[in-house]
Amino acid sequence: MTRSAQATGVAPRQAATSAAFAMTEGRVALDGRPVLRGIDLRVTTGEVVAVLGANGSGKSTLIRALLGLAPLSGGSTELYGVPPARFRDWWRIGYVPQRLSVGGGVPATVREVVASGRIARQSRLRRAGAADRAAVAMALEAVGLTSRAGDPVGWLSGGQQQRVLIARALAGDPDTFVMDEPTAGVDAESQRHLADTLAALVERGKTVLLVAHELGPIAPLVTRAVVLRDGVVVHDGAPPDGDGHAYEPWPGSRQ
Amino acid sequence: MIEMLQYDFMWRALAAALLVGLSAPAVGTFIVQRRLALLGDGIGHVALTGVALGFLTGTAPVLTAVVVAVLGAVAIELVRARGRTTGDVALALLFYGGIAGGVLLIGLAPGGSNSTLTSYLFGSISSVSTQDVWVIAVLAVFVLGVVAVFGRELFVLCQDEEVARVNGLPVRFLSLLIAVTAALTVVIAMRVVGLLLVSALMVVPVATSQQVTRGFVTTMLLAMSLGVAATVGGLTSAFYAGVAPGAAIVLLALGGFVLTLGVGRFVRRGRAREAGP
Repeated sequence: MTRSAQATGVAPRQAATSAAFAMTEGRVALDGRPVLRGIDLRVTTGEVVAVLGANGSGKSTLIRALLGLAPLSGGSTELYGVPPARFRDWWRIGYVPQRLSVGGGVPATVREVVASGRIARQSRLRRAGAADRAAVAMALEAVGLTSRAGDPVGWLSGGQQQRVLIARALAGDPDTFVMDEPTAGVDAESQRHLADTLAALVERGKTVLLVAHELGPIAPLVTRAVVLRDGVVVHDGAPPDGDGHAYEPWPGSRQ
Repeated sequence: MIEMLQYDFMWRALAAALLVGLSAPAVGTFIVQRRLALLGDGIGHVALTGVALGFLTGTAPVLTAVVVAVLGAVAIELVRARGRTTGDVALALLFYGGIAGGVLLIGLAPGGSNSTLTSYLFGSISSVSTQDVWVIAVLAVFVLGVVAVFGRELFVLCQDEEVARVNGLPVRFLSLLIAVTAALTVVIAMRVVGLLLVSALMVVPVATSQQVTRGFVTTMLLAMSLGVAATVGGLTSAFYAGVAPGAAIVLLALGGFVLTLGVGRFVRRGRAREAGP
């Protein structure tokens, strides 16, 4: 807890507008059961923040609450200084959900799914243009799936589907990426692609907030780790060394 | 083919069949993607109350069916959005209410009886009037227009509603739009295949198409072609064989599904091998 207080204290107050996410005393209850109990979290531009914790610690709920997908039962949260309900600049956010939904068995090609990531930048009545196609081609290239562009996503492995989801977010060229367990159940090749992609994003000054069970090859890129246990932040600061079990309490974060 | 074109009623029937064959699978692709394959059935049941209301009040049944079907679709969407656990039970209640309401109201209508409803339950394409064709045409243009203009957004919505929200899409509006579009499609198809078989035209061509296609757009386009083949083919064979057109259309569509079931498995296996491990 002391480290958490320090970490929030370090953030300069005047930088309020440069915070991608700012949650104050955030509380979420699902079916009356408290899942998040008073979370204070600021993610500033250019940070790579990993939210770690055991299953059921509330880490997925936290990022859903930050995006306005899970309603707060107390406290407040802001996206770029605006509450989610009034937020309009959604093109600034690239969301990578945990799983690709295959949509009732109707097939969709890899390219179709990735191209749908352009939606926040497209106007309703205009056809997809050259800029859209270029962005989609670049996103496919970045995750190494150009050769699979015409295949239905259902034919891909779990790790490859994860890369499709990342490419979809990349195609929209957002400022901030939010990834829910991008490393979970992913093969080594896809993990490497993820690490490369993240490194490129960090180089371009993008903000990344990701949820993970363990960090694996992306550990060196993470600038800050937030560890949740039972819906409260038990560690906020330096990421753990190596790729050990991140949800174990750190020496020093223990009360 | 030539002989049946000598009759004016067959021209009207063919026009209606063509429009329904195009629009029902177009909406159906999104409905199936959204895992709401039974939505059309639900709306169809509710629309029966609308038809009966038309007879009771002396209004054109097609118009009252549109109004009630749209209201029913909106109600279904609101129930769905509130939570999935109680959703299907609430939907079931709505379906039964629709049928019961229809039967009750038709009994109250002067000269109305359950047999009045039969042509709406099972379709009566040969009695389509010129005015019906116009109403169907206008509704079909609206339905296809919605798919053309909102298709990209509906694709995202029907695939993953949370992703749609984080992309800033108007999720509630789009959800209501797809429900209302489905309701209009049900009313369009009501005269052709009947309320009890409407959903087949929204779902079966899509189910057939997705056996052999790779992408969403190709699935939709093939489903629309299959839809037209089924409606026009079913109508034609019904004319010559003297069977019920609605049933002939649906059975033709189902026959296509069974055929591609085998073909699709073969095609997929071949392609998967060619695509590599």
